[in-house]
Amino acid sequence: MNNKKMSSFLIDNILYICLFIMIVIIAIISPSFVSTRVLSDVLIQSAPKVLLAMGMLVVIISGGMDMTVGRLAGLGAVVAGTFAQTSDYYLKFWPNLAEMPLIVPFLVTVLVGAGSGVITGLIISKFKVPAFLAGLGLQLVIYGGNLLFLKKAPNNSQPLAGYKVSFTNFGTGSIFGINYLVILAIAIMVIVFILLNRTTLGKNIYAVGGNREAAKVAGINTFRVDMFVYIFSGVLAAMAGLMMSARTGSATAAYAEGYEMDAIASCIIGGASFAGGIGNVPGTFLGVIIFSVINYGLTFIGLSSYWQYIVKGLIIVIAVALDMRKYAARQ
Amino acid sequence: MSDSQYILEARELVKTFPGVKALDKVTLKVKPGTVHALMGENGAGKSTLMKCIYGIYKPDGGEVFINGEKAEISNPREAMDKGISMIHQELHPIRPQTISENIFLGRIPYKKALGVKWVDYKRLNNEAKELFNKLEIDINPKMKVQELSTAYCQLLEIARAVSFGAKIIIMDEPTSSLTESETEILFRIIKQLKSENVAIIYISHKIDEILQISDEVTVMRDGTLVGNWPASELSTDMIVSKMVGREMTNRFPPKNHTPGETYLKVENFTSSNPHSFKDISFEVKRGEIFGIGGLVGAQRSELVESLFGLRNISQGTVYINNEKVTIKRPMDAIKKGMALLTEDRRNTGIIGALSITDNTLVVEQNLHPELFTTGAFVDYKKRNEAAQKYVDALEVKTPTLKTQIQSLSGGNQQKVILGRWLLTEPNILILDEPTRGIDVGAKYEIYELMEKMASEGKCVIMISSEMPELMGMSDRIMVMCEGHNSGEVSGEDVTDEKIMMFASTYKSGENE
Repeated sequence: MNNKKMSSFLIDNILYICLFIMIVIIAIISPSFVSTRVLSDVLIQSAPKVLLAMGMLVVIISGGMDMTVGRLAGLGAVVAGTFAQTSDYYLKFWPNLAEMPLIVPFLVTVLVGAGSGVITGLIISKFKVPAFLAGLGLQLVIYGGNLLFLKKAPNNSQPLAGYKVSFTNFGTGSIFGINYLVILAIAIMVIVFILLNRTTLGKNIYAVGGNREAAKVAGINTFRVDMFVYIFSGVLAAMAGLMMSARTGSATAAYAEGYEMDAIASCIIGGASFAGGIGNVPGTFLGVIIFSVINYGLTFIGLSSYWQYIVKGLIIVIAVALDMRKYAARQ
Repeated sequence: MSDSQYILEARELVKTFPGVKALDKVTLKVKPGTVHALMGENGAGKSTLMKCIYGIYKPDGGEVFINGEKAEISNPREAMDKGISMIHQELHPIRPQTISENIFLGRIPYKKALGVKWVDYKRLNNEAKELFNKLEIDINPKMKVQELSTAYCQLLEIARAVSFGAKIIIMDEPTSSLTESETEILFRIIKQLKSENVAIIYISHKIDEILQISDEVTVMRDGTLVGNWPASELSTDMIVSKMVGREMTNRFPPKNHTPGETYLKVENFTSSNPHSFKDISFEVKRGEIFGIGGLVGAQRSELVESLFGLRNISQGTVYINNEKVTIKRPMDAIKKGMALLTEDRRNTGIIGALSITDNTLVVEQNLHPELFTTGAFVDYKKRNEAAQKYVDALEVKTPTLKTQIQSLSGGNQQKVILGRWLLTEPNILILDEPTRGIDVGAKYEIYELMEKMASEGKCVIMISSEMPELMGMSDRIMVMCEGHNSGEVSGEDVTDEKIMMFASTYKSGENE
């Protein structure tokens, strides 16, 4: 009995335990890891990934998957960057355009993300292409489009640079000691939490993911729900790209490559189910943080970055295996 | 080998499922070279009996003898080794592969060279060709299975059974999706197999077919054997009365509703799927329980699902309260006061991972969102109150409102789904097999609820395959057969025999 209790405690809190053990190990090897500066770095690094994961979470709860978000973030980074350059930059992407106010790159990014979401949603919901394959195809289209876009003269495939200060300041500045990107990520988490738990739309998203056919019988317009989740995920992805662009002061099409996998993994180890209908914001956030601690922490203690892949991979497999046991135990 | 006159003898088979005795000492004796028909209503235990013989289920009692020798069959593979083959109602061929590959699946002829087994296509196709020649079936074995019609898939399965050297072939509703001319081909092959001393066990609801093709008929009812007779001694009426001749054991709440004026009128309703229902017209009055009867495959569910906007129709008009309405999607139907409890609770009813509350509110939260929100936000208190009201009213047994619906029993799940619809205060409640798979107590509560709805002047439409329930609850019954309205019965006319007759025969027009 005691054993049983113990193992169910371990299973239920596996995420916290993983995170705790990792931090302890890293801190033992390199005590300076536990400092405000390092932790704040981890959070800043996590911020764009939080957006990607939150968008992915909403999609996964609805029973889908959005494989485009990595490349879409790359596109967002580039497009936002092209509207954030100073007028005197010698490689200005739009040479004839006046310097844009700060709001413009944001608006354009939202539009790009929403547009891509509309296309993804239509292909998956209207034309019934399996979400995984639709995303696989579309991410190639987005990447190729992004490369072609960057090739335009006078840029000629150079990494973007020459951002105005107000834009880079958004990526690096802070208020009350909290980085703007972190504030945006927190705001998005609150919005997604409210969306999922406190709105009728959120209830419908869970219902569609939980049992699409039953949701249809119940009068829910599943097409509308699908469109919403892919547009929402698209906007957050493009915005994540903007954040990376602003933080690094540069952008290339290679930005955020493969981040869709991290986003999916964060959701799943955070308790979301591929079958749909299950998933939550705090768990997903923890998932993102775990991966960031791995990325940052293992580098911090001087371990080869190759180890990051191995540790990350093992955590995904073990977390999901334990999660499956959780379901098996309940059946 | 023994000299038994029976190729297959199942003696006193017993099979119990939790709460149901599916087979109660059923005996079946089949002679070689005969067609042995197995008949009974839905749920009589025919399929269970076949599955026990074929090794899909393990019987709890009784024995099976093949050629007079006791046979232990614990899986389909062993059944096949002993010469038994079963052709299922639903076929699962490997569609992208060729016909010959499907027939010899798992035992494809090969040549060995360089230590590798190479597929011997020449032998494969020749053997398939030979087989089809023998059966006089004209198809090219090199064709892909996906190019074949359902009928030919059926023939393919039979050819496969023959290629295994099957001596006993079980056919479960083989003609349910066949046209008349395709049925002719099937019958010709059955006769040929008979002449080669193969025994056929033929399950069908179609009485005229049975009388045409079979030599002997075994009738089952409620998991027990009624008897077996030579087909030549039977008539349609005799078979029907043997199938339904049971006492009414279920009890129903007393009727205290009286039908009023017509509320729902459906005219010339025709599915856009040519294999589904055609030209169905009916009316339902206020305060009436309207039953829809028929056998599996009569397209009853398809009819009500189309009415509810879940499927497309090619023509038809619906009037509610003398007003013509257009229903394109379920929300349109819900807004017109309709509610549909679907037949398949697991796949189209419950949302398993969600709570009782979320399951209860899933329709009403979209129909009247303002009732369950404060400002822009969902109000959990209001949601829980609404869910609690129906949990209490329907006496749902659940630990909490947060409990996932999938952890409740079938009856309690059904009550939650009913609560979901009652919350929308429907005027037309459509129930598709509302008591399937739930226990007797919960059944009675659902009957009471139907009675209550009718006495409040609502229309209740019930599809049921359980004859006593259909007869005991309905004021009027429309019987469907192969997608047609084959007859309507009410009052004195409501008898097992009449319903069975309508359900198994459709007369298309008087001039035939």
